[in-house]
Amino acid sequence: MNTNQQPRPYVNPYVAGTLLGVVLFASIFVTGGGLGASAAMSRVQTGVLDLFAPGHVDRVAYFAEMAGGTRNPWAHYAIYMLVGTILGGFVSGLVNRRVKLETRKGPRISVPARLGFALLGGAIMGYGARMARGCTSGQALSGGAVLSAGSWAFALAIFASAYAVAWFFRRLWN
Amino acid sequence: MAPYDLAASLGPVAYALVFGAIGIGFGAALEMGGFGDTRKLAGQFYFKDMTVLKVMFTGIAVAAVLVAFATSFGLLDMSRVFVNPTYLWPGILGGLIMGVGFVIGGFCPGTSLVAASTLKIDGMVFLLGALLGVWLFGETVGSFQPFWLSSYMGRFTLPDWLGLPVGVTVLLVVVMALALFWAGDLAQQHFGEGKPWNEVRRVPGRGTLAFAGALVAASLVLVGHGQPTPEAKFALLGPEVRRSVEERGIFVDPAEVVALRKDIGVKVVILDLRDETEFNLFHVGDSRRISLAELETSARLKTLLDQSPSTVTFLIGNGEAAAFTAWKHLIAQGVPNLYVIDGGINRWLERYPVDACVAERVGAADGRDGQAWRFLYATGSSQPAAWPELPVSRSFRSPCAAPEGEAHAGANHAARSWPAYAYTKRVKLKSKAAVKGGCG
Repeated sequence: MNTNQQPRPYVNPYVAGTLLGVVLFASIFVTGGGLGASAAMSRVQTGVLDLFAPGHVDRVAYFAEMAGGTRNPWAHYAIYMLVGTILGGFVSGLVNRRVKLETRKGPRISVPARLGFALLGGAIMGYGARMARGCTSGQALSGGAVLSAGSWAFALAIFASAYAVAWFFRRLWN
Repeated sequence: MAPYDLAASLGPVAYALVFGAIGIGFGAALEMGGFGDTRKLAGQFYFKDMTVLKVMFTGIAVAAVLVAFATSFGLLDMSRVFVNPTYLWPGILGGLIMGVGFVIGGFCPGTSLVAASTLKIDGMVFLLGALLGVWLFGETVGSFQPFWLSSYMGRFTLPDWLGLPVGVTVLLVVVMALALFWAGDLAQQHFGEGKPWNEVRRVPGRGTLAFAGALVAASLVLVGHGQPTPEAKFALLGPEVRRSVEERGIFVDPAEVVALRKDIGVKVVILDLRDETEFNLFHVGDSRRISLAELETSARLKTLLDQSPSTVTFLIGNGEAAAFTAWKHLIAQGVPNLYVIDGGINRWLERYPVDACVAERVGAADGRDGQAWRFLYATGSSQPAAWPELPVSRSFRSPCAAPEGEAHAGANHAARSWPAYAYTKRVKLKSKAAVKGGCG
C-alpha cells in the first residue's frame, strides 16, 4: 500500500516488549504453551514436500512424524498461529502505514546481494532453529518466560555467536 | 484452572481461531516494536539500536512475572504448562548457528514472518531460505541423531538449577534484564548516536524508571507471596481428581499390582514410604524405599515426571494415610499414572501371607498406618509373598522347614499357588497432555 503519508514511528521498545509479554502470557495461560514460528515453518515445508514426494516423507523419520501416511501436517496449532502472526503483522503494518513492497538493507550493499545473504542467512537460521528445537520465539522467548534452563543457555548462545561474528559481516549493515 | 484443554473442549474451528488470535497479537507486537525492519534487528549487533534486546527481554520479563503471579495465586497449574525440555548441547549449538544466520540474514524466523507480511522482499526471501534450512535439517538429522538427542535434562528450570524459589529467580531475571537495558542504552548512545562517552546520559527517563520500578515491585511481591505448597496446589485441582479419590479410583488392589507386574507392556514402579526398619523386615520385590521429602526434591520429581507413558508408579505404606499424603503432593505437581496400593503392606500381606514362623498377625489390615504383622526377623524381599507373580516353589527357601541337609524334599516351599483374587481394575494409563510450544 503506497500512500503519501510517512510511516508512523515504531512504539517505545518497552511498550512493545510489554505487549509481547502479555500476549505470551495469554498464550501460556490459555493454551499451556508459548509462541512460536519455526515449528510451523517446518510443517509448511514438510507439507509442501508431501505434495511432491509423499514416499520420501514417509521414509524420513523427521518428516514422517509430521506428515507420514495419512497425517495432515497443516491441521496443527502452530500453523494457525503462523497464519495469525502474518495477519497481525500485516494489520499493524497497515494501520501504521508500513506496508510497502521494498527491500531493507545496509547502505553499502546492492539489493541482489542483500537478497542472496537473506536466503543464506535464512537457511542457516532454519537449520539452527531445528537443531535447537525452537527459534528465538519458541525457545528463547517462550522457554525463557517459563524459566527453562536450556532456553536461557540457547538465548545466550545466539547473542554470543551473533556478537562474535558481527564484525566479519559489518559491510552488510554499515 | 488454567491452562485449558482446548483440543478437548473446543470444536476444530474455534480451536484454530484461538491460536490464530494469539498469532495476531504476536505478529502485531513484533511489528509495532520494529521487528519487520531488518536494519533495526541487525543494528543490535553493532550496538546501534538496542530494540531487539529491549523488546525481547521486556517480553520475557513481563511474561515471567505474569506467569509466576498466576501460579503464585493459584490461577495457573504450572505442571500442565509446557516447559521446553533442555537438550543442553544441541540447544547451544543451534543457538550458535542461529547467531551466524541472524547476522547474515538479518532476521529470525518469527520476525521474517512479520517482515514478509509488510511486503519486505528481504523478509520473504529470508523466509524461503528458512524453509530450505528446515528441509535440509530434516534430511540430515538422521546422520547425527545421537548428538541431537544427547544431554537431555528434561524439564529443567532455572529455579531447579540455582536451588532458589521461583519468586527470587524471577526477581533475578528482572534485575538482569534491567541491567542489560541500562548498559545497552549507554552503548546505543555512544555507537548509534555518536555521543562521546562523557556526554552519554546515564540516568534513564522518568517513564523508563517507573516501568523498571513496577517490574521490580511486582517481583518483590512474588518473593514475598511465594508459590503454593503441594497441599494448596492439590486443593486447587479440578473436581475430577476429587471424585476419583472419593470413588477410591486411585487405590489399587494388590492383586491388580501383581497382574500388572506380569504384564510385559507395563513397567511397574513401587515406591515404599515406610522407614528403613520396616522396609528391611519385609518389602515388595523390586520396590524402592524413599521418603516423601526425598521424593519432592527436584531431581527425584523430574525422574517421576519424565517416566515413559507405559510406567505406572505405586506408593505403598503400612496402611494408606502416608501413601495418600504423598500421592496428593505428587499429583499436584503433575506426576502421571500414580496410584496408592490399597491397604498398603498390611493388605498385601493379608493377600499374600508369609509363613507363620516369619511373622505373626498383631492387628487388622484396615488401612491405618500401624504395622498389622510383627516380623520375627528381617526378610527383605526374600519371601514368596514379595514376588506373588513368580511361581512359589522356585528358588525360595522356607525358613520354617527343617535345616538344610535333612529331608531335602521339605526344604522348599510346597508347590502352592496364590488364590486368584477378584478386583476392580483401577489403573488407566494416560500420557501427559501433549501441549507443546510453537517451536517444539
